[in-house]
Amino acid sequence: MSEHEYVPKSKAAKWFNDRLPLLTLGAHLTDYPTPKNLNYWWTFGGILTFCLITQIVTGIVLAMHYVAHADLAFASVEHIMRDVNYGWLIRYIHSNGASMFFLAVYIHIFRSLFYGSYKSPREVIWIIGLMIYLLMMAAAFMGYVLPWGQMSFWGATVITNLFSAIPLVGDSITTWLWGAYSVDNPTLNRFFSLHYLIPFLILGLVVLHIWALHVPGNNNPVGIDIKKPSKDTVPFHPYITIKDAFALLVFMIIFAGFVFFTPNVLGHSDNYIPANPLVTPAHIVPEWYLLPFYAILRSVPDKLGGVILMFSAIFILFVLPWLDTSKVRSAVFRPIYRQFFWILVIDVLMLGYVGAMPAEGVYLVLARVGTIYYFLHFIVVMPVVGYLEKTDPIPMSISEPVLSGGAEPSIARKVDDKV
Amino acid sequence: MIKSNQRLFVLFFLLLIPFKPIQSAEMAEPIKVDWSFKGLTGTFDRASLQRGFQVYKEVCASCHSMQYLSYRNLGEPGGPEFSKQEVKAIAASFEIEDGPDSQGEMFTRPGKPSDKFKSPYPNVQAAIAANGGAYPPDMSVLVKARKGGANYIYSVLVGYEDPPPGVTLDDGVYYNKYMAGNKIKMPNNLMDGLVEYADGTESTVDQMAMDVTTFLAWAAEPELEERHKTGVKVIIYLVLLTILVYLSMKKIWSRVDSEI
Repeated sequence: MSEHEYVPKSKAAKWFNDRLPLLTLGAHLTDYPTPKNLNYWWTFGGILTFCLITQIVTGIVLAMHYVAHADLAFASVEHIMRDVNYGWLIRYIHSNGASMFFLAVYIHIFRSLFYGSYKSPREVIWIIGLMIYLLMMAAAFMGYVLPWGQMSFWGATVITNLFSAIPLVGDSITTWLWGAYSVDNPTLNRFFSLHYLIPFLILGLVVLHIWALHVPGNNNPVGIDIKKPSKDTVPFHPYITIKDAFALLVFMIIFAGFVFFTPNVLGHSDNYIPANPLVTPAHIVPEWYLLPFYAILRSVPDKLGGVILMFSAIFILFVLPWLDTSKVRSAVFRPIYRQFFWILVIDVLMLGYVGAMPAEGVYLVLARVGTIYYFLHFIVVMPVVGYLEKTDPIPMSISEPVLSGGAEPSIARKVDDKV
Repeated sequence: MIKSNQRLFVLFFLLLIPFKPIQSAEMAEPIKVDWSFKGLTGTFDRASLQRGFQVYKEVCASCHSMQYLSYRNLGEPGGPEFSKQEVKAIAASFEIEDGPDSQGEMFTRPGKPSDKFKSPYPNVQAAIAANGGAYPPDMSVLVKARKGGANYIYSVLVGYEDPPPGVTLDDGVYYNKYMAGNKIKMPNNLMDGLVEYADGTESTVDQMAMDVTTFLAWAAEPELEERHKTGVKVIIYLVLLTILVYLSMKKIWSRVDSEI
């Protein structure tokens, strides 16, 4: 993929590289020509890699002290918090890390939606990314069950019960998932096993995600294909590495703020009550990052319908590259789509809000309106706007309009924007 | 693009605002207390923790367990910080069941600092049976397990009232305006002068409620002081590093014709 072939300097390095071209790979990653106009919304890929590694490292240490047993799990978490050296720090990093991970992934996904990064020739990157997102939700859900508090237990009960909506075999599937006739010790055991497995599946998919990215190269805020390498690109190192490092540090400051000063604000207080199958909490709510889907689920009066709609809300994203009919990638040059993009952002935030509220009265109405709009956006707005929209003129290259000054001022100004 | 970026930043920070909790209609908003352990550099009031332990030991402990705490915790930094001798004496004042010995018999011995707090009942069922069908919750993480945290616990302790006209209560049920549904099975156990504080502080209901809530807040988060102290250092370190990296970034990017 690299334009110029890498030649190792020492004999030993050449010997090794001929057998396994790791050094060539390293050189490719270092020189990888990256559009120079990437803004800070493009730093979340690096931030997400950091989040994944943080979760894996802290998770491995937690697993050394955690006991996956219905009678001992809650106590073992308290053991971590009280008796393990810096156990409180490791656990708070892990639990808040999940939230930070989702915060970053949502920004990453919406960045892709805004700048059309899912479009040809990047559909495979997008689809692998969605698979990562699905696995993240599975891992987060199972991780939330492990402390075996009230929300762990009842959240697991609600979510696993969704599968009982499947006609004919639903109840059998649910029993099979539980390994018992209700959420119980076997459920906790398998959730722990899967919770440990999934991050490594994600890691593998991340490698594919980056590999698929390095074939066409990065999209960019202007959304045009660029020649690489050229005056429009910079080598990944040091230009992008230092910028990613800066953005990551800002992210880490926010992260540390949660961990050290409000470590439980994103969780639910009921999860510090040990799981009790005989007492149902007043309100069963998932973690904040799953709330929009929870709102969609509850907006349908029929259980099976709700489950289908909730899963459709995610799976519709897989065909997004083919629902979007616009030839122009970046919403910067799409005045109509841009408005709809922001309506979608507000719609998803609103769904998240009503997902945390009781499913009644005005909240139920809002959830239904929000759900309908969510699907309309992808099924109707994206194909139709793509056809009808008159897009703004697109610059020939990233540097051209700025350097020559000959292009339309409106474009030049947009391209010249600080990011 | 600048405009949309700004909008996205605003949304980003809106996401960080936690949702307003769902409030039950029959529940009064907890009293807001200006706790010493609030805020970025908050620490516990040592004397209040020691008094709070005394209230726990003499009043609450007859029904409420604290199974995740050990007596040694009482002497550790960031807690009540009783002296080594005091911790030993406190532990030794409890008879702990141990065993089996070489004959296969269980036996009791005086407590050691490494022992967990002795529970008032042998199991949950016994606790429920002895308390009219209501389980007195374990208090180890109670402050973290209740919406409103320390404010809520304090409010319930001082929130006992005569029921308003029209409200009838069953036997063993009491009226408390901060409790969900206003009904609580725990009687009002605090009355002025109930305990005799070792440091001579006047033991009003309010004082005892404050002290024992402070003690429970520490019990739920014994790492709080260390967490705050470490957090301040970590943030300062990260900010300095961020500034250095920012300057490096500016210098590196000055080589190319592009804005960052």
